[in-house]
Amino acid sequence: MSKLRQIAFYGKGGIGKSTTSQNTLAALSDLGQRILIVGCDPKADSTRLILHAKAQDTILSLAAAAGSVEDLELEDVMKVGYKNIKCVESGGPEPGVGCAGRGVITSINFLEEEGAYEDIDYVSYDVLGDVVCGGFAMPIRENKAQEIYIVMSGEMMAMYAANNISKGILKYANSGGVRLGGLVCNERQTDKELELAEAMSAKLGTKLIHFVPRDNIVQHAELRRMTVMEYAPDSKQAQEYRDLANKIHNNSGNGIIPTPITMDELEDMLMEHGIMKQVDETQVGKSATELAAASAA
Amino acid sequence: MSLTVAETKERNKALINEVLEVYPEKTAKRRAKHLGSYEETKPDCGVKSNVKSVPGVMTIRGCAYAGSKGVVWGPIKDMIHISHGPVGCGQYSWAARRNYYIGTTGVDTFVTMQFTSDFQEKDIVFGGDKKLEKIIDEIEVLFPLNHGITVQSECPIGLIGDDIEAVSKKKTKEYNGKTIVPVRCEGFRGVSQSLGHHIANDSIRDWVFDKSEDKHPEFVTTPYDVAIIGDYNIGGDAWSSRILLEEMGLRVIAQWSGDGSIAELENSPKAKLNVLHCYRSMNYISRHMEEKYGVPWVEYNFFGPTKIAESLRKIASYFDDNIKEGAERVIAKYQALMDAVVAKYRPRLEGKKVMLFVGGLRPRHVIGAYEDLGMEIVGTGYEFGHNDDYQRTTHYVKDGTLIYDDVTGYEFEKFVEAIQPDLVGSGIKEKYVFQKMGVPFRQMHSWDYSGPYHGYDGFAIFARDMDMAINNPVWGLARTPWKTAA
Repeated sequence: MSKLRQIAFYGKGGIGKSTTSQNTLAALSDLGQRILIVGCDPKADSTRLILHAKAQDTILSLAAAAGSVEDLELEDVMKVGYKNIKCVESGGPEPGVGCAGRGVITSINFLEEEGAYEDIDYVSYDVLGDVVCGGFAMPIRENKAQEIYIVMSGEMMAMYAANNISKGILKYANSGGVRLGGLVCNERQTDKELELAEAMSAKLGTKLIHFVPRDNIVQHAELRRMTVMEYAPDSKQAQEYRDLANKIHNNSGNGIIPTPITMDELEDMLMEHGIMKQVDETQVGKSATELAAASAA
Repeated sequence: MSLTVAETKERNKALINEVLEVYPEKTAKRRAKHLGSYEETKPDCGVKSNVKSVPGVMTIRGCAYAGSKGVVWGPIKDMIHISHGPVGCGQYSWAARRNYYIGTTGVDTFVTMQFTSDFQEKDIVFGGDKKLEKIIDEIEVLFPLNHGITVQSECPIGLIGDDIEAVSKKKTKEYNGKTIVPVRCEGFRGVSQSLGHHIANDSIRDWVFDKSEDKHPEFVTTPYDVAIIGDYNIGGDAWSSRILLEEMGLRVIAQWSGDGSIAELENSPKAKLNVLHCYRSMNYISRHMEEKYGVPWVEYNFFGPTKIAESLRKIASYFDDNIKEGAERVIAKYQALMDAVVAKYRPRLEGKKVMLFVGGLRPRHVIGAYEDLGMEIVGTGYEFGHNDDYQRTTHYVKDGTLIYDDVTGYEFEKFVEAIQPDLVGSGIKEKYVFQKMGVPFRQMHSWDYSGPYHGYDGFAIFARDMDMAINNPVWGLARTPWKTAA
């Protein structure tokens, strides 16, 4: 058995993490890899394209119903989907109550103790929007994911999130050995997107591992709760995911310790590429009426 | 070999420097501000207080939960106090602090019982509000004679943001206006148990006083109504205090909170005077009752005949001549008993030196009782005192007394080793350290399972206990083998 690869997908909420990761993992399984997906988002939507299901029963909801996580068996929580990909969802509380971060920790400990990581080649963690607390950093802590792939786009906030996640990786890089595997740009068709994504990668000391072009076929597949790999394996988009899967597969051990930048540096970078204009300090905090009055004077 | 005041101050200074020497520079700098000698005529004891303990030392302090559940709320006997969170905090505060009470435990009173929500992982992840509701429902079924419930928050409640206020309001409505008090006394708040006292006081203000109209309109007041505030009835302290107030003609309408009930709390704003023993833990609510209801408050001290007489006269000064005469009558009545106690024990205790380290009021309040027995306090300090405590201490201590705020285990051991007092008065964590050093010791939080120590009756017991500790023949039997080997 080859050594278990543990990877994780992070990125700003709504960026297409779950879509990108499920398509890529489906492509990896086409390469003959045995895969386990661990959804670490209370919304529990990290595995729906693989399972063709709305949302599976989560570890935490089953544990709550049974009394405690000790009362669960692995079979209760694990579902098998496309190409025998194993899927578990951590789940969590409804918005506004309890501690979802602790839920992630509980779930991952459960999976490790129950031997969920045996006889597989890849474990992939799909983690919600931002690293808001210690619980959501669980996959990047000691002996968990070796490489993190950050899904981003050319939007300012997506790059901001990528930078923040890099800070989280940096924090644990020396104690646990986690590395940044690279950025994956999920095209939003913003101005100079590829250029910016490459510049951002360079700033973080990593590489843009793949630029996934925008294609409506992804939405068509999603409406059918399928990956593109399954819905249209011969499409151009499927080949993109195949390429990304190959790059990730060959990227083992090539991760780096990121060099996150300051907010100012991030803004400077955007200005360099003409995305953001130099701010006129005299205009900061002025309303439209005030500015009109000022220019009339 | 008795030192002059100047020599004592010199000795203290050298001693403080010696203990500070072992600390890292930053720690030494911070701890130095908490150690000193009392300088006569100064307004306080010259030490910093009520700041965070230094990491790495053994502090004697507790937490906010201990201050609320353990001190202020726990003794209210007809309410059920839920330790809300994982089981440990409840387990270790089970059975309270020997706050004596009258009642049938488990039927109409609950002080020594322990109620906890026993949080499990799923309660952390999904929140514990539903569990709390269920516990309140179960309490209503199993203990129908309870007169109210408090929710004592342990750390995780604040971390996961449970809305215990909403649950309390909902259940209050459901149970026809039943008093249910959410207390945000999470242990990580503040620097010691002191903030827990304050939070608990505020919760009485917000959820007992402000939440209901007068629940006892039938209550008939008299011009002589007083409430005892800040007496937790440890070993029966409040009872041996109460009888003195009653004998002088006053009517005690409430005990806060030893052997107290929710109805007593609710009626306290009707008192003519609040008499405050533990200033540290209950000055907040006393001030509030003064501002909102116009009830004046007066601090008193019922340790030892000198202070008792002083305090009885001070309390009486708020009332008419009947009460003033009553105070004199009480003092006279117990004079013979006090003379006998002093005659018996003073010769055995005269000149003995004592070092104290206790909590709220005792580092100063008990000094008079020791002095009545001819003993001398050579060092004292507060676990969680504030500067106003150290100001009040100046009336009690002599020039040159060693003062140590939030003393560390190491410092206390070194001080005692060098000063060699005849008695150390502190808590259970300190007891065996000093006894093993061959120094007599009395627990001054729990009275070493004895008491009461308040009032005239209490003084007789206090004197006996101190004699028992100091003049115990066991100290003469301790040998240092490597010194006596022959």
